[in-house]
Amino acid sequence: MRKLEEKIFKGLMIGSSIIIIATLFYILYVIIRKGLPSLTWDMISKIPSGGFYLGKEGGILNAIVGSLFLILGSVIISIVISLPVVLYINFILRKNSRFSNIVRFSFDILFGIPSIVYGAFGFMLMIYFGLQASLLGGILAVSLLIIPIMVRSIDEVAAFVPRELIEAPQALGATRFETLKVIVRQLTPGITTATLLAIGRGIGDTATVLFTAGYTDSIPTSPGQPAATLPLAIFFQLSSPIEEVQNRAYAAALILTIIILILSFSARYFKRKLSKSKL
Amino acid sequence: MFNLATDRISTMEKVENNLKSPHLNVKDLNVYIQGKHILKNINLSIPDKSITCIIGPSGCGKTTLLRSFNRLHDDSSDVRLTGNVFIDEEDIYGRGVEVTHIRKKMGLLAQKPTVLPMSIYDNVAYGPRLYGIKKRRKLYEIVKHQLSSVGLWEEVKDRLKTPAVSLSMGQQQRLCLARGLAVEPEIILGDEATSALDPISTLKIEELFLNLKEKYSIVMVTHILRQAKRIADYVAFMYLGELIEFGPASEIFTNPKKKLTQDYISGSFS
Ligand SMILES: Nc1ncnc2c1ncn2[C@@H]1O[C@H](COP(=O)(O)OP(=O)(O)OP(=O)(O)O)[C@@H](O)[C@H]1O
Ligand SMILES: [Mg+2]
Repeated sequence: MRKLEEKIFKGLMIGSSIIIIATLFYILYVIIRKGLPSLTWDMISKIPSGGFYLGKEGGILNAIVGSLFLILGSVIISIVISLPVVLYINFILRKNSRFSNIVRFSFDILFGIPSIVYGAFGFMLMIYFGLQASLLGGILAVSLLIIPIMVRSIDEVAAFVPRELIEAPQALGATRFETLKVIVRQLTPGITTATLLAIGRGIGDTATVLFTAGYTDSIPTSPGQPAATLPLAIFFQLSSPIEEVQNRAYAAALILTIIILILSFSARYFKRKLSKSKL
Repeated sequence: MFNLATDRISTMEKVENNLKSPHLNVKDLNVYIQGKHILKNINLSIPDKSITCIIGPSGCGKTTLLRSFNRLHDDSSDVRLTGNVFIDEEDIYGRGVEVTHIRKKMGLLAQKPTVLPMSIYDNVAYGPRLYGIKKRRKLYEIVKHQLSSVGLWEEVKDRLKTPAVSLSMGQQQRLCLARGLAVEPEIILGDEATSALDPISTLKIEELFLNLKEKYSIVMVTHILRQAKRIADYVAFMYLGELIEFGPASEIFTNPKKKLTQDYISGSFS
């Protein structure tokens, strides 16, 4: 009886793993099969020409560059905000003080909020301040989305910093700030992993940028201008009735997938490096 | 400086002389953690240039006492402390006394080796850099000197730039000692500094301590009686937050005055 139970359970585990892996590969297969033929050099090196959305020539360089600008800006803002938060709740306050736990809980909730809500919230703020959809608006909305991810994942590694490591610089006469610098160094692999995770999440998100970043065929030259993004490029092209344009949507999806895959692999690599250096 | 006469002073006399010139003086020290009375009215004089071992059963307050010597309780809001600790004549808890100034006078060796997340070289150079030494040449001299003084130079001189975590546990602990010595302290504090190490590394650290006591006052918390017997010049026995007995090691181990000390030494409880 117990043997049977074990067999069923084992079967279940293997079964679900296979389903997940198979789904992943099927998605990849579809994107590659439909997207690869349209993935021309023009796609990644040109901005859309007049009739691009009707199947004429051009590319999505505007969206690629827009997405990269957007994620670069949001990552910088997120690190600048997340790192002090984590340092504060872990090393200035006691690790499990009431306030630290309230902060953690708040970020857990923020983590669970769907991205469309951040988009709507950002949009509302922009209307309030009379701003138009712009790169800056998109950056701020995406920052809201990824800050909780960063805080929580850096916080996780911060929990492993031993008390002795905090006291070692102090015992040598380091001030609190100098001690924090040593801690940041200890956290560097964790910060890197968190950043890559956040990029992966932020660069692919459609709902946050829909209202906030806008869409344009040109490459933005200042933060005040609207910016195209890859997720929206996929969205618009996919809604076209013309098959050629639809296929280009898959090519755009392929580009985005490749970017995200590269990032996930580097995240895994850094995670492994991190666990090694802890031994 | 030394004349021949001093060399002839018997060790016993030396021991008594040191007692008269305490380096670290604890007066009526009380520590409360979360309202609990952890250290009760401790009075203790740590002698200069010798090894003092603090012994006692687990939870009696050895670590708490040691940490109060370099104000490591400062950042814990749930710790309250009364009384004084003097280094030479200076009250470390006195008004306007800078905590960094106090800590510079003491090297701390933790229970588990805790190297900083940087290279071997930078670990030793960390302290000197804090105090403004920037010249590469000077830093290199310090690093070389201190690594040699803990017997690590020959082992690591070809890989000074590699991360310190790549060293073995015993090497890491010696590196931590060198790092502490590099800020030129007067006192070395060790909290069960060998308990994470293998027997050979333990003996190496003990040997280092025996050499270092020529220049430094050493306070070592240990719960290994044999270790205290091997290295201690003085022994402080604590029990339930109180200092029960303090004196020269030979006296404590052969002829303790208190019954409690005797029971602990003879292993009736631990
Ligand atoms: N941060 C703290 N919060 C609450 N109680 C504490 C704290 N630190 C120490 N104590 C208590 O103070 C007492 C003394 O602890 P301490 O660590 O000084 O003992 P110890 O002699 O070093 O023991 P060991 O040999 O196990 O290291 C113990 O009863 C301990 O429970
Ligand atoms: Mg202890």
